[in-house]
Amino acid sequence: MSQRKTELRNFVKRYCNNKLAVLGLVIFFLIVAVVLIAPLLIPYGEAEIDVAAFSAAPSSKHLLGTDTVGRDVLARLLYGGRVSLFVGVVSTAISVVIGIPLGLLAAFYRGWFETIVMRAADIFMTIPSTILILFLVSMFGPSIITVTVVIGVLGWTKFARQIFGTVLAVREKDYIEGGRAVGQKDSVIIAKYILPNAIAPIFISITFRIAAAIIQESSLSFLGMGVQMPAASWGNMLYNAQSITILKSCQWMWIPPGVALVITILSINFIGNGLRDALDPKTALR
Amino acid sequence: MKKYVLKRLLIAIPTFLGITLFVFTLCYFATGSPLELLLSDPNISEAEVARRAEELGLNDPFHEQYFTWMKNMLSGNLGVSYRTGNPVSGMLMDALWPTLLLVLASVLVACLISFPLGIQSARHQNGIWDNISAVFSFLSTSTPSFFLGLVFLSIFSVHLGILPIGGMYDTGKSETMLSLLRHLIMPACVLGSTMVGSLVQYIRSSMLEVMGEDYVRTARSKGLKELVVITKHVLRNSLIPVVTYLGMEIPLLMGGAIVTEQVFSWPGLGSLMLKSINSRDYSTIMGVTIITAVAVMVFNLLTDLLYGVLDPRIRHN
Repeated sequence: MSQRKTELRNFVKRYCNNKLAVLGLVIFFLIVAVVLIAPLLIPYGEAEIDVAAFSAAPSSKHLLGTDTVGRDVLARLLYGGRVSLFVGVVSTAISVVIGIPLGLLAAFYRGWFETIVMRAADIFMTIPSTILILFLVSMFGPSIITVTVVIGVLGWTKFARQIFGTVLAVREKDYIEGGRAVGQKDSVIIAKYILPNAIAPIFISITFRIAAAIIQESSLSFLGMGVQMPAASWGNMLYNAQSITILKSCQWMWIPPGVALVITILSINFIGNGLRDALDPKTALR
Repeated sequence: MKKYVLKRLLIAIPTFLGITLFVFTLCYFATGSPLELLLSDPNISEAEVARRAEELGLNDPFHEQYFTWMKNMLSGNLGVSYRTGNPVSGMLMDALWPTLLLVLASVLVACLISFPLGIQSARHQNGIWDNISAVFSFLSTSTPSFFLGLVFLSIFSVHLGILPIGGMYDTGKSETMLSLLRHLIMPACVLGSTMVGSLVQYIRSSMLEVMGEDYVRTARSKGLKELVVITKHVLRNSLIPVVTYLGMEIPLLMGGAIVTEQVFSWPGLGSLMLKSINSRDYSTIMGVTIITAVAVMVFNLLTDLLYGVLDPRIRHN
């Protein structure tokens, strides 16, 4: 037990020594905090229309200006952040809940279960995910829930494959056979020997998957297939930028959500890289 | 080598069948049947609708419809688009080449940027180029392609006016290579940038690993010129993980191309897919999905073959 505690302490120490990783964590928490307390910060709702100000440039009244319909851009930015983060985190949770058990059981029991799971993963990975997502969203109608579920369901393959590999490697070790020999139940063997080793890389994958899910949702919303108006999402705020007039003269409408996306995803990537380097300093890229 | 290729092909077949079954099942249960247009027209009697349904085979059991569709598809008939009335296979072919061109151009751009950066980073660790490439990598993986595309459009097309806004060729004028290149360069850079980040790091770490090997030390102590050591020994052997990575990324590129094609109005499979989805044109939707899956499988096969060429151990095992 104490060996684990020292490992954990060393892990945290290595992570905290990595300036980028800490920066990423700080920025990410700041973003989460700001979007959560959004109603306290700005007086406008995300769909509230100010008839006196259509496409208004930033002013003291609207800090980031208004969009073409008169909605406050800063408000939409903050509320949109909620949506993007929600979809990113919840869809990843769905992917984990589907992928981990499938990969774990496929590696543990092998046989036809493994073949089915791995073939299914092949199929899901061969069809480009954006196409499949568009297909499914068009069938069920775009909405926050559809987008979250679809992105989540299509993201299972990465986790399944990862834990499959980890379990396969550990499976052949002697202590597993030893456990079996003394009659330990399968579930105990999995919980006690296999999962602890597999957890850390999974966490790293979870971090990167959240970033990928945020990019996927924003791309979908940008195409008009994700979060629908009047709800805000960083992606659908960029939808209007496809018009040349807005691109040219209304920078306040499309640059803030884009920058918000970059900063958020960047911070998540810093965290993921930090976790990876802290986990195994030998494979640290720098 | 032949056995290796055959084995790869054999594995691809069940995957392909699985994909077709999956896509067909999804469409089968989708709402918006091709008869909707007919049903909404009050002049057409119910008997007529029933007759059309029978004619299209919509009342046949599931497996019969699947087999008919497969049979048609394998003989090149992918049906007719509900939106335009044109044969789907023709539309797919028209849209396939622009997308392939875009994807290949993006890979080229990505390699042109990544290889020098990656090699330089590996040769001079923690030097200025290494740090630049680190920053570059982080930024490129964190920037959504549509935002980068909009920024490029804003700078180069709208404010500087030196590159066109969209499409594949200059409208009205003849389709020259120059106009194609002018239209291609921005989307290719944008789509390529999604790969650059990880590609640079892969090249760097792969080269670092190879440079630590004994045979490189031997080559150096033999007195070979540094350039020869790098190109002949290090680069060739570090290519293998890089090729794997490229092979894995190309399917992602085919998906990412959808967004890029939308931003730059590039007439490829992505634009076709979006138009078909907006008009519930299921035959085209199925066609695009199948053809992208096939393209991905072909790329995977080519990657495996390239693997065999680069690493003799694999093809003789």
